[in-house]
Amino acid sequence: MLDLQGYGPRLLEGAGVTIQLALLSLALALVLGLITASAKMSRNRLIHAIATVYTTLIRGVPDLVLMMLLFFGGQMGVNVISDMLYDSFEIDYYISFNAFAAGVLTIGFIFGAYMGETFRGAFMAVDNGQIEAGRAYGMNNWLVFRRIRFPQMMRHALPGLSNNWMVLLKTTALVSVIGLSDMVRVAAEASRATHEPFVFLLPVAAAYLMIASVSEWIFARLQKRYNIGFGGH
Amino acid sequence: MLDISAWFNDLLAGNLIFTAQTLGYYWEGLVTTTQLVFLSLVIGLVMAVPLAVLRGSKHPWIRLPIYFYTYVFRGTPLLIQLYIIYYGVVFVDGIQDSFLWPVLREAFYPALIAFTLNTAAYTTEIFHGAIKATARGEIEAARAYGMSQNLMMRRIILPSAFRRALPAYGNEVIFMLHASAIASVVTLMDLTGAARFVYARYYAPFEAFLFVAAIYLCLTFAILYFFRFLEKKLLAHLRPLS
Repeated sequence: MLDLQGYGPRLLEGAGVTIQLALLSLALALVLGLITASAKMSRNRLIHAIATVYTTLIRGVPDLVLMMLLFFGGQMGVNVISDMLYDSFEIDYYISFNAFAAGVLTIGFIFGAYMGETFRGAFMAVDNGQIEAGRAYGMNNWLVFRRIRFPQMMRHALPGLSNNWMVLLKTTALVSVIGLSDMVRVAAEASRATHEPFVFLLPVAAAYLMIASVSEWIFARLQKRYNIGFGGH
Repeated sequence: MLDISAWFNDLLAGNLIFTAQTLGYYWEGLVTTTQLVFLSLVIGLVMAVPLAVLRGSKHPWIRLPIYFYTYVFRGTPLLIQLYIIYYGVVFVDGIQDSFLWPVLREAFYPALIAFTLNTAAYTTEIFHGAIKATARGEIEAARAYGMSQNLMMRRIILPSAFRRALPAYGNEVIFMLHASAIASVVTLMDLTGAARFVYARYYAPFEAFLFVAAIYLCLTFAILYFFRFLEKKLLAHLRPLS
Protein backbone atom coordinates (compact mmCIF):
# COMPACT_ATOMS: atom_id res chain seq x y z
CA MET A 1 0.00 0.00 0.00
CA LEU A 2 2.82 2.36 0.88
CA ASP A 3 4.68 1.63 -2.33
CA LEU A 4 3.92 4.98 -4.01
CA GLN A 5 5.55 4.05 -7.33
CA GLY A 6 8.60 2.70 -5.55
CA TYR A 7 9.19 5.88 -3.56
CA GLY A 8 7.45 4.52 -0.44
CA PRO A 9 10.51 3.16 1.38
CA ARG A 10 12.55 6.29 0.63
CA LEU A 11 9.72 8.48 1.88
CA LEU A 12 9.61 6.47 5.11
CA GLU A 13 13.37 6.85 5.48
CA GLY A 14 12.91 10.57 4.91
CA ALA A 15 10.28 10.68 7.64
CA GLY A 16 12.84 9.02 9.94
CA VAL A 17 15.38 11.71 9.06
CA THR A 18 12.81 14.44 9.77
CA ILE A 19 11.95 12.99 13.19
CA GLN A 20 15.57 12.40 14.20
CA LEU A 21 16.52 15.87 13.08
CA ALA A 22 13.63 17.45 14.96
CA LEU A 23 14.34 15.57 18.20
CA LEU A 24 18.10 16.17 18.15
CA SER A 25 17.67 19.87 17.42
CA LEU A 26 15.06 20.05 20.16
CA ALA A 27 17.56 18.59 22.64
CA LEU A 28 20.22 21.09 21.55
CA ALA A 29 17.72 23.96 21.66
CA LEU A 30 16.61 23.04 25.18
CA VAL A 31 20.19 22.99 26.47
CA LEU A 32 21.05 26.26 24.72
CA GLY A 33 17.77 27.76 25.93
CA LEU A 34 18.52 26.96 29.56
CA ILE A 35 22.02 28.41 29.20
CA THR A 36 20.67 31.54 27.48
CA ALA A 37 17.97 32.02 30.10
CA SER A 38 20.47 31.85 32.95
CA ALA A 39 22.84 34.14 31.04
CA LYS A 40 20.03 36.66 30.59
CA MET A 41 19.27 36.58 34.29
CA SER A 42 22.94 36.88 35.19
CA ARG A 43 24.18 39.98 37.00
CA ASN A 44 27.35 39.92 34.92
CA ARG A 45 26.88 42.63 32.27
CA LEU A 46 29.06 40.99 29.63
CA ILE A 47 27.27 37.63 29.84
CA HIS A 48 23.93 39.41 29.75
CA ALA A 49 24.96 41.41 26.68
CA ILE A 50 26.19 38.32 24.82
CA ALA A 51 22.90 36.53 25.45
CA THR A 52 20.91 39.58 24.32
CA VAL A 53 22.90 39.89 21.09
CA TYR A 54 22.43 36.18 20.44
CA THR A 55 18.64 36.19 20.86
CA THR A 56 18.21 39.46 18.96
CA LEU A 57 20.35 38.49 15.97
CA ILE A 58 18.87 35.02 15.65
CA ARG A 59 15.32 36.25 15.78
CA GLY A 60 16.04 38.94 13.19
CA VAL A 61 17.38 36.74 10.39
CA PRO A 62 15.48 34.07 8.40
CA ASP A 63 16.22 30.45 9.36
CA LEU A 64 17.04 29.55 5.77
CA VAL A 65 19.71 32.25 5.50
CA LEU A 66 21.31 31.11 8.78
CA MET A 67 21.19 27.52 7.60
CA MET A 68 22.90 28.35 4.30
CA LEU A 69 25.46 30.52 6.08
CA LEU A 70 26.36 27.67 8.40
CA PHE A 71 26.22 24.94 5.77
CA PHE A 72 28.08 26.64 2.91
CA GLY A 73 30.29 28.64 5.25
CA GLY A 74 30.96 25.56 7.39
CA GLN A 75 32.04 23.58 4.34
CA MET A 76 34.45 26.36 3.44
CA GLY A 77 35.79 26.49 6.99
CA VAL A 78 36.34 22.75 7.01
CA ASN A 79 38.12 22.98 3.65
CA VAL A 80 40.43 25.67 4.97
CA ILE A 81 41.31 23.47 7.94
CA SER A 82 41.99 20.41 5.81
CA ASP A 83 44.13 22.55 3.44
CA MET A 84 46.09 23.80 6.41
CA LEU A 85 46.59 20.26 7.68
CA TYR A 86 47.89 19.27 4.27
CA ASP A 87 50.19 22.26 3.88
CA SER A 88 51.80 22.12 7.29
CA PHE A 89 51.72 18.44 8.20
CA GLU A 90 51.13 16.77 4.83
CA ILE A 91 48.11 15.03 6.28
CA ASP A 92 45.78 14.30 3.40
CA TYR A 93 42.44 14.26 5.08
CA TYR A 94 39.23 15.52 3.56
CA ILE A 95 36.26 16.18 5.79
CA SER A 96 32.91 16.66 4.18
CA PHE A 97 30.67 18.97 6.13
CA ASN A 98 27.67 16.88 7.00
CA ALA A 99 24.27 18.28 5.99
CA PHE A 100 22.56 16.50 8.89
CA ALA A 101 24.97 17.99 11.42
CA ALA A 102 24.56 21.43 9.84
CA GLY A 103 20.80 21.05 10.08
CA VAL A 104 20.83 20.00 13.75
CA LEU A 105 23.31 22.76 14.63
CA THR A 106 21.41 25.55 12.88
CA ILE A 107 17.93 24.54 14.00
CA GLY A 108 19.15 23.93 17.54
CA PHE A 109 21.02 27.24 17.51
CA ILE A 110 17.99 29.16 16.20
CA PHE A 111 15.48 27.65 18.58
CA GLY A 112 17.89 27.95 21.50
CA ALA A 113 17.21 31.69 21.24
CA TYR A 114 13.44 31.21 21.30
CA MET A 115 13.63 28.64 24.10
CA GLY A 116 15.83 31.04 26.05
CA GLU A 117 13.10 33.69 26.01
CA THR A 118 10.48 31.12 27.06
CA PHE A 119 12.61 29.77 29.91
CA ARG A 120 13.53 33.26 31.12
CA GLY A 121 9.88 34.26 31.46
CA ALA A 122 9.09 30.98 33.21
CA PHE A 123 11.99 31.25 35.68
CA MET A 124 10.89 34.76 36.59
CA ALA A 125 7.38 33.48 37.27
CA VAL A 126 8.63 31.22 40.08
CA ASP A 127 7.93 32.83 43.42
CA ASN A 128 11.07 34.16 45.09
CA GLY A 129 9.87 32.91 48.47
CA GLN A 130 10.16 29.34 47.18
CA ILE A 131 13.84 29.86 46.38
CA GLU A 132 14.47 31.53 49.73
CA ALA A 133 12.75 28.65 51.49
CA GLY A 134 15.02 26.22 49.65
CA ARG A 135 18.10 28.19 50.72
CA ALA A 136 16.80 28.23 54.29
CA TYR A 137 16.75 24.43 54.17
CA GLY A 138 20.45 24.60 53.42
CA MET A 139 20.15 23.51 49.80
CA ASN A 140 22.98 24.58 47.52
CA ASN A 141 22.31 26.35 44.19
CA TRP A 142 22.23 23.17 42.15
CA LEU A 143 19.79 21.46 44.52
CA VAL A 144 17.54 24.54 44.57
CA PHE A 145 17.58 24.49 40.78
CA ARG A 146 16.82 20.79 40.50
CA ARG A 147 14.20 20.44 43.21
CA ILE A 148 12.49 23.83 43.28
CA ARG A 149 13.15 26.15 40.36
CA PHE A 150 13.15 23.66 37.49
CA PRO A 151 9.93 21.73 38.33
CA GLN A 152 7.99 24.92 39.03
CA MET A 153 9.45 26.73 36.03
CA MET A 154 8.35 23.91 33.71
CA ARG A 155 4.72 24.54 34.58
CA HIS A 156 4.98 28.06 33.18
CA ALA A 157 7.30 27.12 30.31
CA LEU A 158 5.32 24.22 28.82
CA PRO A 159 2.83 26.22 26.69
CA GLY A 160 5.71 28.21 25.17
CA LEU A 161 7.82 25.07 24.69
CA SER A 162 4.97 23.34 22.92
CA ASN A 163 4.62 26.33 20.59
CA ASN A 164 8.35 26.41 19.86
CA TRP A 165 8.39 22.69 19.17
CA MET A 166 5.59 23.01 16.61
CA VAL A 167 7.47 25.77 14.79
CA LEU A 168 10.71 23.77 15.02
CA LEU A 169 9.04 20.73 13.50
CA LYS A 170 7.95 22.76 10.49
CA THR A 171 11.37 24.40 10.21
CA THR A 172 13.00 20.99 9.68
CA ALA A 173 11.49 21.05 6.17
CA LEU A 174 14.13 23.65 5.25
CA VAL A 175 16.99 21.15 5.47
CA SER A 176 15.73 19.70 2.20
CA VAL A 177 17.05 22.87 0.56
CA ILE A 178 20.65 22.27 1.70
CA GLY A 179 20.58 18.73 0.35
CA LEU A 180 19.45 16.54 3.21
CA SER A 181 17.09 13.73 2.15
CA ASP A 182 14.26 14.36 4.58
CA MET A 183 10.70 13.53 3.59
CA VAL A 184 10.14 16.90 1.93
CA ARG A 185 13.11 16.48 -0.39
CA VAL A 186 12.18 12.92 -1.33
CA ALA A 187 8.62 14.03 -2.07
CA ALA A 188 9.77 17.01 -4.13
CA GLU A 189 12.16 14.84 -6.15
CA ALA A 190 9.46 12.24 -6.72
CA SER A 191 7.01 14.94 -7.83
CA ARG A 192 9.46 16.28 -10.37
CA ALA A 193 10.32 12.82 -11.68
CA THR A 194 6.78 11.47 -12.00
CA HIS A 195 4.87 14.72 -12.61
CA GLU A 196 2.41 13.73 -9.93
CA PRO A 197 3.01 16.20 -7.12
CA PHE A 198 -0.14 15.52 -5.13
CA VAL A 199 0.58 11.79 -4.74
CA PHE A 200 3.78 12.56 -2.82
CA LEU A 201 3.35 15.98 -1.28
CA LEU A 202 -0.09 15.43 0.27
CA PRO A 203 0.99 12.35 2.30
CA VAL A 204 4.01 14.28 3.56
CA ALA A 205 1.75 17.15 4.62
CA ALA A 206 -0.47 14.60 6.38
CA ALA A 207 2.61 13.15 8.12
CA TYR A 208 3.46 16.60 9.52
CA LEU A 209 -0.10 17.00 10.76
CA MET A 210 0.11 13.58 12.39
CA ILE A 211 3.39 14.32 14.17
CA ALA A 212 1.92 17.64 15.33
CA SER A 213 -1.20 15.93 16.69
CA VAL A 214 0.83 13.30 18.56
CA SER A 215 3.05 15.99 20.09
CA GLU A 216 -0.02 17.97 21.12
CA TRP A 217 -1.24 14.91 23.02
CA ILE A 218 2.15 14.41 24.69
CA PHE A 219 2.31 18.06 25.72
CA ALA A 220 -1.19 17.88 27.17
CA ARG A 221 -0.07 14.96 29.34
CA LEU A 222 3.11 16.75 30.42
CA GLN A 223 1.06 19.80 31.26
CA LYS A 224 -1.15 17.69 33.47
CA ARG A 225 1.87 16.19 35.20
CA TYR A 226 3.57 19.50 35.95
CA ASN A 227 0.29 21.01 37.12
CA ILE A 228 -0.26 18.40 39.82
CA GLY A 229 -1.00 20.28 43.01
CA PHE A 230 -2.27 23.41 41.24
CA GLY A 231 -5.94 22.51 41.12
CA GLY A 232 -6.18 21.25 37.56
CA HIS A 233 -5.24 24.33 35.53
CA MET B 1 25.13 63.39 -9.00
CA LEU B 2 28.57 62.80 -10.48
CA ASP B 3 30.05 63.22 -7.04
CA ILE B 4 27.92 60.49 -5.59
CA SER B 5 28.69 57.98 -8.32
CA ALA B 6 32.41 58.78 -8.04
CA TRP B 7 32.20 58.27 -4.29
CA PHE B 8 30.32 55.05 -4.84
CA ASN B 9 32.94 53.76 -7.28
CA ASP B 10 35.66 54.66 -4.80
CA LEU B 11 33.83 52.75 -2.13
CA LEU B 12 33.58 49.67 -4.28
CA ALA B 13 37.07 49.93 -5.73
CA GLY B 14 39.15 46.84 -5.12
CA ASN B 15 36.15 44.93 -3.86
CA LEU B 16 35.83 41.76 -5.89
CA ILE B 17 32.43 40.63 -4.65
CA PHE B 18 30.38 43.72 -3.94
CA THR B 19 30.52 45.28 -7.38
CA ALA B 20 27.80 47.54 -8.70
CA GLN B 21 26.43 44.49 -10.51
CA THR B 22 26.02 42.27 -7.45
CA LEU B 23 24.55 45.13 -5.47
CA GLY B 24 22.07 45.43 -8.31
CA TYR B 25 21.11 41.76 -7.78
CA TYR B 26 20.60 42.42 -4.09
CA TRP B 27 18.49 45.47 -4.90
CA GLU B 28 16.27 43.44 -7.26
CA GLY B 29 16.02 40.80 -4.56
CA LEU B 30 14.95 43.40 -2.03
CA VAL B 31 12.25 44.63 -4.42
CA THR B 32 10.96 41.08 -5.05
CA THR B 33 10.95 40.20 -1.35
CA THR B 34 9.15 43.43 -0.44
CA GLN B 35 6.53 42.97 -3.14
CA LEU B 36 5.94 39.35 -2.22
CA VAL B 37 5.67 39.96 1.51
CA PHE B 38 3.63 43.16 1.23
CA LEU B 39 1.12 41.78 -1.27
CA SER B 40 0.62 38.49 0.56
CA LEU B 41 0.17 40.32 3.88
CA VAL B 42 -2.39 42.75 2.46
CA ILE B 43 -4.43 40.09 0.64
CA GLY B 44 -4.08 37.73 3.61
CA LEU B 45 -5.36 40.43 5.95
CA VAL B 46 -8.36 41.15 3.74
CA MET B 47 -9.18 37.42 3.69
CA ALA B 48 -8.57 36.91 7.39
CA VAL B 49 -11.03 39.45 8.80
CA PRO B 50 -14.24 37.84 7.48
CA LEU B 51 -12.79 34.37 8.10
CA ALA B 52 -12.06 35.26 11.72
CA VAL B 53 -15.61 36.50 12.23
CA LEU B 54 -17.09 33.39 10.60
CA ARG B 55 -14.69 31.15 12.54
CA GLY B 56 -16.75 32.06 15.62
CA SER B 57 -20.04 31.26 13.90
CA LYS B 58 -22.66 29.18 15.69
CA HIS B 59 -23.16 26.96 12.64
CA PRO B 60 -20.73 24.07 12.56
CA TRP B 61 -20.79 23.89 8.75
CA ILE B 62 -19.39 27.43 8.62
CA ARG B 63 -17.06 27.16 11.60
CA LEU B 64 -15.56 23.72 10.93
CA PRO B 65 -14.33 24.23 7.33
CA ILE B 66 -12.53 27.40 8.41
CA TYR B 67 -11.05 25.59 11.40
CA PHE B 68 -9.90 22.80 9.08
CA TYR B 69 -8.29 25.35 6.74
CA THR B 70 -6.35 27.07 9.51
CA TYR B 71 -5.41 23.74 11.09
CA VAL B 72 -3.94 22.38 7.86
CA PHE B 73 -2.11 25.56 6.88
CA ARG B 74 -0.72 26.13 10.35
CA GLY B 75 0.19 22.48 10.88
CA THR B 76 2.25 21.90 7.74
CA PRO B 77 5.49 23.57 6.63
CA LEU B 78 5.14 26.52 4.26
CA LEU B 79 7.68 24.84 1.99
CA ILE B 80 5.29 21.91 1.42
CA GLN B 81 2.44 24.32 0.67
CA LEU B 82 4.65 26.17 -1.78
CA TYR B 83 5.67 22.93 -3.53
CA ILE B 84 2.08 21.73 -3.76
CA ILE B 85 0.96 24.98 -5.37
CA TYR B 86 4.07 25.46 -7.51
CA TYR B 87 4.11 21.92 -8.92
CA GLY B 88 0.36 21.45 -8.72
CA VAL B 89 -0.83 24.53 -10.56
CA VAL B 90 -0.14 22.84 -13.92
CA PHE B 91 -2.64 20.13 -13.08
CA VAL B 92 -5.64 22.37 -12.59
CA ASP B 93 -7.96 21.47 -15.45
CA GLY B 94 -7.80 23.84 -18.37
CA ILE B 95 -5.48 26.28 -16.69
CA GLN B 96 -2.93 26.09 -19.48
CA ASP B 97 -5.54 27.31 -21.97
CA SER B 98 -6.88 30.08 -19.78
CA PHE B 99 -5.83 33.71 -19.96
CA LEU B 100 -4.25 33.38 -16.51
CA TRP B 101 -1.60 30.92 -17.64
CA PRO B 102 1.09 33.43 -18.74
CA VAL B 103 0.81 34.94 -15.26
CA LEU B 104 0.65 31.71 -13.26
CA ARG B 105 3.54 30.17 -15.15
CA GLU B 106 6.00 32.45 -13.42
CA ALA B 107 7.21 31.41 -9.99
CA PHE B 108 6.15 34.70 -8.43
CA TYR B 109 2.43 33.93 -8.46
CA PRO B 110 2.46 30.41 -7.02
CA ALA B 111 4.69 31.79 -4.27
CA LEU B 112 2.31 34.69 -3.73
CA ILE B 113 -0.68 32.32 -3.52
CA ALA B 114 1.09 30.01 -1.05
CA PHE B 115 2.25 32.90 1.17
CA THR B 116 -1.17 34.54 1.09
CA LEU B 117 -3.03 31.38 2.08
CA ASN B 118 -0.48 30.71 4.80
CA THR B 119 -0.55 34.15 6.39
CA ALA B 120 -4.36 34.31 6.07
CA ALA B 121 -4.60 31.12 8.14
CA TYR B 122 -2.35 32.46 10.92
CA THR B 123 -4.01 35.88 10.88
CA THR B 124 -7.47 34.31 11.07
CA GLU B 125 -6.49 32.52 14.26
CA ILE B 126 -4.90 35.68 15.73
CA PHE B 127 -8.04 37.73 15.06
CA HIS B 128 -10.33 34.96 16.19
CA GLY B 129 -8.51 34.85 19.51
CA ALA B 130 -8.73 38.64 19.83
CA ILE B 131 -12.46 38.66 19.02
CA LYS B 132 -13.10 35.92 21.57
CA ALA B 133 -11.29 37.95 24.21
CA THR B 134 -13.66 40.92 23.89
CA ALA B 135 -14.80 41.95 27.37
CA ARG B 136 -18.35 40.77 28.11
CA GLY B 137 -19.27 44.18 29.47
CA GLU B 138 -18.58 45.84 26.10
CA ILE B 139 -20.91 43.39 24.36
CA GLU B 140 -23.62 43.82 26.96
CA ALA B 141 -23.34 47.59 26.71
CA ALA B 142 -23.71 47.41 22.92
CA ARG B 143 -26.75 45.14 23.28
CA ALA B 144 -28.24 47.54 25.82
CA TYR B 145 -27.91 50.31 23.21
CA GLY B 146 -30.00 48.16 20.91
CA MET B 147 -27.22 47.56 18.39
CA SER B 148 -27.74 44.80 15.86
CA GLN B 149 -25.19 41.99 15.58
CA ASN B 150 -23.60 43.61 12.53
CA LEU B 151 -23.41 47.06 14.02
CA MET B 152 -21.93 45.67 17.21
CA MET B 153 -19.31 43.75 15.21
CA ARG B 154 -18.41 46.87 13.24
CA ARG B 155 -18.40 49.45 15.98
CA ILE B 156 -17.47 47.56 19.15
CA ILE B 157 -15.92 44.16 18.65
CA LEU B 158 -13.69 44.59 15.59
CA PRO B 159 -12.04 47.91 16.55
CA SER B 160 -11.10 46.64 19.99
CA ALA B 161 -10.09 43.23 18.63
CA PHE B 162 -7.77 44.84 16.06
CA ARG B 163 -5.98 46.67 18.82
CA ARG B 164 -5.65 43.58 20.94
CA ALA B 165 -4.36 41.59 17.96
CA LEU B 166 -1.70 44.16 17.10
CA PRO B 167 1.31 42.68 18.98
CA ALA B 168 0.61 39.15 17.69
CA TYR B 169 0.05 40.47 14.18
CA GLY B 170 3.38 42.30 14.30
CA ASN B 171 5.05 38.96 15.03
CA GLU B 172 3.21 37.42 12.10
CA VAL B 173 4.51 40.14 9.76
CA ILE B 174 8.09 39.45 10.86
CA PHE B 175 7.48 35.72 10.54
CA MET B 176 6.23 36.26 6.98
CA LEU B 177 9.32 38.30 6.06
CA HIS B 178 11.53 35.46 7.27
CA ALA B 179 9.40 32.77 5.69
CA SER B 180 9.60 34.54 2.33
CA ALA B 181 13.23 33.40 2.11
CA ILE B 182 12.02 30.04 0.82
CA ALA B 183 10.76 31.73 -2.36
CA SER B 184 14.34 31.31 -3.57
CA VAL B 185 13.77 27.55 -3.59
CA VAL B 186 11.36 27.83 -6.53
CA THR B 187 13.88 29.85 -8.56
CA LEU B 188 12.63 33.29 -7.50
CA MET B 189 15.34 35.95 -7.24
CA ASP B 190 14.32 37.35 -3.88
CA LEU B 191 16.89 38.57 -1.33
CA THR B 192 17.94 35.04 -0.41
CA GLY B 193 17.92 34.10 -4.10
CA ALA B 194 20.34 36.95 -4.81
CA ALA B 195 22.58 35.81 -1.96
CA ARG B 196 22.59 32.25 -3.30
CA PHE B 197 23.48 33.55 -6.74
CA VAL B 198 26.36 35.65 -5.43
CA TYR B 199 27.56 32.72 -3.33
CA ALA B 200 27.50 30.35 -6.31
CA ARG B 201 29.22 32.85 -8.59
CA TYR B 202 32.09 33.90 -6.28
CA TYR B 203 32.12 30.96 -3.85
CA ALA B 204 32.02 33.45 -0.98
CA PRO B 205 29.46 32.13 1.51
CA PHE B 206 30.28 34.50 4.34
CA GLU B 207 30.14 37.70 2.31
CA ALA B 208 27.02 36.66 0.38
CA PHE B 209 24.94 35.44 3.32
CA LEU B 210 26.14 37.79 6.05
CA PHE B 211 25.31 40.76 3.84
CA VAL B 212 21.79 39.50 3.17
CA ALA B 213 21.38 38.63 6.88
CA ALA B 214 22.18 42.25 7.70
CA ILE B 215 19.52 43.46 5.25
CA TYR B 216 16.93 41.13 6.79
CA LEU B 217 17.92 42.32 10.24
CA CYS B 218 17.35 45.95 9.24
CA LEU B 219 13.96 45.09 7.73
CA THR B 220 12.99 43.17 10.88
CA PHE B 221 13.89 46.13 13.08
CA ALA B 222 12.00 48.52 10.81
CA ILE B 223 8.85 46.35 11.13
CA LEU B 224 9.38 46.00 14.87
CA TYR B 225 9.62 49.75 15.42
CA PHE B 226 6.68 50.43 13.13
CA PHE B 227 4.48 48.12 15.23
CA ARG B 228 5.85 49.56 18.48
CA PHE B 229 4.84 52.98 17.19
CA LEU B 230 1.38 51.74 16.20
CA GLU B 231 0.89 50.09 19.58
CA LYS B 232 1.88 53.29 21.32
CA LYS B 233 -0.67 55.21 19.31
CA LEU B 234 -3.53 52.72 19.28
CA LEU B 235 -3.08 51.19 22.71
CA ALA B 236 -2.46 54.51 24.47
CA HIS B 237 -5.56 54.03 26.61
CA LEU B 238 -4.07 50.84 28.07
CA ARG B 239 -0.81 52.41 29.21
CA PRO B 240 -0.42 52.72 32.98
CA LEU B 241 -0.59 56.29 34.22
CA SER B 242 2.85 57.50 35.08
